[in-house]
Amino acid sequence: MGLFIAQILTGLANAGALFMVASGLSLIFGVTRVVNFAHGSFYMLGAYVGYSLMQVLPGMVGFWVAILLAGIIVGLIGVIVEFCVLRPVYSAPELFQLVATFGVILVIQDLALMIWGPQDLLGPRAPGLKGVIRIMGEPVPQYDIALIVITPFVAFGLWYLITRTRVGTLVRAATQDREMVSALGVNQAWLFTGVFFLGCALAGLGGALQLPKGGADLLMDFNILGPVFVVVVIGGMGSLPGAYLAAVIISVLNVFGVTYAPQSTLVLMFVVMVIVLMFRPFGLLGKEEVAGEHGQVGEPERPIKPAGRNMRLLVAAGLLILGLLPFYGSNFAVVLVTDIMIFALFAASLHFMLGQGGLVSFGHAAFFGGGAYAAALFVTHANTPMELALVLAPVCAGLAAIVIGWVCLRSTGVYFAMLTLAFGQLLWSLAFQWSEVTGGDDGLVNIWPSDWASDNSVYYYLAFVLCVGGILLLRQAAHAPFGYAMRAARDSARQAEAMGINTKRIQWVAFTFAGVMAGLAGGLFVFSKGSIFPNELETARSFDALIVVFLGGVKTLSGGWVGAAFFEGIKDYLTRFEYWRLALGLSIIVIVILGPEGIVGSLRKAGERLGILKVPEDAK
Amino acid sequence: MSPILSVRNLSRNFGAIKAVDNVSFDLAKGELLALIGPNGAGKSTCFNMLMGQLKPSSGTVQLLGKNIAGMQPRKIWRMGVGRTFQITATYASMTVVENVQMALISHHRRLYSLTTFAHKLYRDEALALLDTVGMADQAERHCAVLAYGDLKRLELAVALAHDPILLLMDEPTAGMAPRERIALMQLTADILDAKGISVLFTEHDMDVVFAHAHRIMVLNRGQLIADGTVDEIRNNPQVQEVYLGGGTLFKAQEDAHA
Repeated sequence: MGLFIAQILTGLANAGALFMVASGLSLIFGVTRVVNFAHGSFYMLGAYVGYSLMQVLPGMVGFWVAILLAGIIVGLIGVIVEFCVLRPVYSAPELFQLVATFGVILVIQDLALMIWGPQDLLGPRAPGLKGVIRIMGEPVPQYDIALIVITPFVAFGLWYLITRTRVGTLVRAATQDREMVSALGVNQAWLFTGVFFLGCALAGLGGALQLPKGGADLLMDFNILGPVFVVVVIGGMGSLPGAYLAAVIISVLNVFGVTYAPQSTLVLMFVVMVIVLMFRPFGLLGKEEVAGEHGQVGEPERPIKPAGRNMRLLVAAGLLILGLLPFYGSNFAVVLVTDIMIFALFAASLHFMLGQGGLVSFGHAAFFGGGAYAAALFVTHANTPMELALVLAPVCAGLAAIVIGWVCLRSTGVYFAMLTLAFGQLLWSLAFQWSEVTGGDDGLVNIWPSDWASDNSVYYYLAFVLCVGGILLLRQAAHAPFGYAMRAARDSARQAEAMGINTKRIQWVAFTFAGVMAGLAGGLFVFSKGSIFPNELETARSFDALIVVFLGGVKTLSGGWVGAAFFEGIKDYLTRFEYWRLALGLSIIVIVILGPEGIVGSLRKAGERLGILKVPEDAK
Repeated sequence: MSPILSVRNLSRNFGAIKAVDNVSFDLAKGELLALIGPNGAGKSTCFNMLMGQLKPSSGTVQLLGKNIAGMQPRKIWRMGVGRTFQITATYASMTVVENVQMALISHHRRLYSLTTFAHKLYRDEALALLDTVGMADQAERHCAVLAYGDLKRLELAVALAHDPILLLMDEPTAGMAPRERIALMQLTADILDAKGISVLFTEHDMDVVFAHAHRIMVLNRGQLIADGTVDEIRNNPQVQEVYLGGGTLFKAQEDAHA
């Protein structure tokens, strides 16, 4: 009994930081509609800044002042980010901002590395609260008790601010209808900045508060992101009490998971989330998202047309140059381009369902990594030859997509995105923790191609045929009735349903199709590398694909593979430098600000301005 | 001759509110039937039940003798019912003609095809439909840049694509300029007359209703209070009361003063 209570108390204490980060994310999303991927980075900054302040501020007062100051400083950093990075891109197409926040993640990672170095920092213990108290014989750290007391105060303060003050009224109004609020004379720009300050300050506060329990390290940003998204979704987007409730549930669950089922701690959280969303698609205390058809910002998407004769000749010439690479390129170039083509197929599959179907997935790596793992597992455990494994990879990924799609498509919009993220994490934790089968962190190795394809050049041609073929197939599907039906379901589900189109089934098939293609890319990937590790299933990998899709241009047909080729190319060049993340992050931010329509969209615009491309009559 | 549409005792409650209360009517072949009533009378609720967006609390809706109450919109469409929306719903990323082609592709059950180019399918049929609504010259335009009146005409062409036997039009002239309204409704009436399609429509513009409807039903507070020809409705004292005031609200005030 004593142990039971002690565990609940630990869970409650852990819920504090989680709640603060989650409520910040939820607030920012509610008002600005920006899914702030960088929120974990602000949490990490809070920990580092708090650590440094605690080194100079002495004693008990110094400790608590350091925590408060850390929150404020991180809030101000958030304001700088909002001002420099997000303001220029608010008017960009929906969700484009998350590419910018991804750039911010990379920049902050390298800045933290520069300032605080690569080693993990052990958080100082809170002066005056270093001991434990005994509750029914079980030791409970005093600091835990302090956290349990502090968190409800922060939650209450926040609740009071949002529901009882004028500022809070404006924030709630903006959550419902931004345009109306600005029409009523509220300075929307400053409201956004203010909310960003508050949200980031909360993240920083959370990071500093958990210092005595967890310390500070460079992986904190991505590690917290999964749980935070889960909390926000379980609680319901925009609901503060919901976020608190969910944070408590998840934290307590984790503590019990560590004790009773240490092999499945990571999976547990996502299973709970999936179950909750099955019964309450908008979270425990959330309200239905009113995702209107009027949510589109920016220029409307143009009608698509199959490429004309000149463009086809150009593409054919490009493919010829690419196809002859093994004859004039170095071995290094052959391997690099193989990698790029595989990644391009992966990105193109996401671009297909995102661009044509409007389905924003945060977990597409589930199918890329899933296909790769499927192939590797068959080779490792059943001695399957490469040829068969390359068929089984997309098949398994497709089967996974059928199941995952069925669950995820019960929700829409951000909830759909979060569910896909959850399933990605689920597969990742399976690969990570089920080490008897998957090798866990050590991965699966010695997955080499069959003898005939073991030469880099031969494998290059195998990848060339399958990747180029896959990308062309996706493109054909976009021009086919199926692709049109996807766009119909996206443009106006109301009209589509009223003309006999089963929009959910169309989306389900599209989701599966994209999963199959990503699985094929995964299968090719594992044989080109000879090994597979859980990081191919990570959220970061899903984000990579998402970033290149936006970078290439969502509202264009070739955005996916162009973005992928560009990103992989620039990454290969930049990773030779020590602070490559900083450089890559800054390049992403610059591209986002200069060309909010992505590379292909911006090139098209430039071409039209220079008179190389014909401007469509209606776009003038 | 048996009616195309036969509605019996249709009701829908939202909590304690009876939005539609025991409504029954028939729609004959080729008839242009108007459903009118003040704001909040239950017209849209009634429409949404006929089209499958809402499940009725009770009652039946028979299309050619088959009960369609509670069916999904796409199933009802497949049975030959077309509809236009109060606020237009079109595919903004497609051209005008592609919007119509989409309906034709769905009608011919080619939605899952991967081997053909969608923009080549049923193009002549689509152009012919656009011609009937006078939009053929705008066929290649981007749907997102059309004027509202043109969107309404496009929606009509889309609704006609699968040769419907019945058309449900929710405020076909809402949001249009007065002169455009008359023109659009005249066009609609001519097409429907030529094709022999039956129509049920709601409308706020009484000029439009009295000029074109064969028969008018009046809904007030969820109940059907009148059903008759244009002249009968025009001279119905109860309808006049609903539209010109003298309703229970004022009566209650008078009673209170007395």
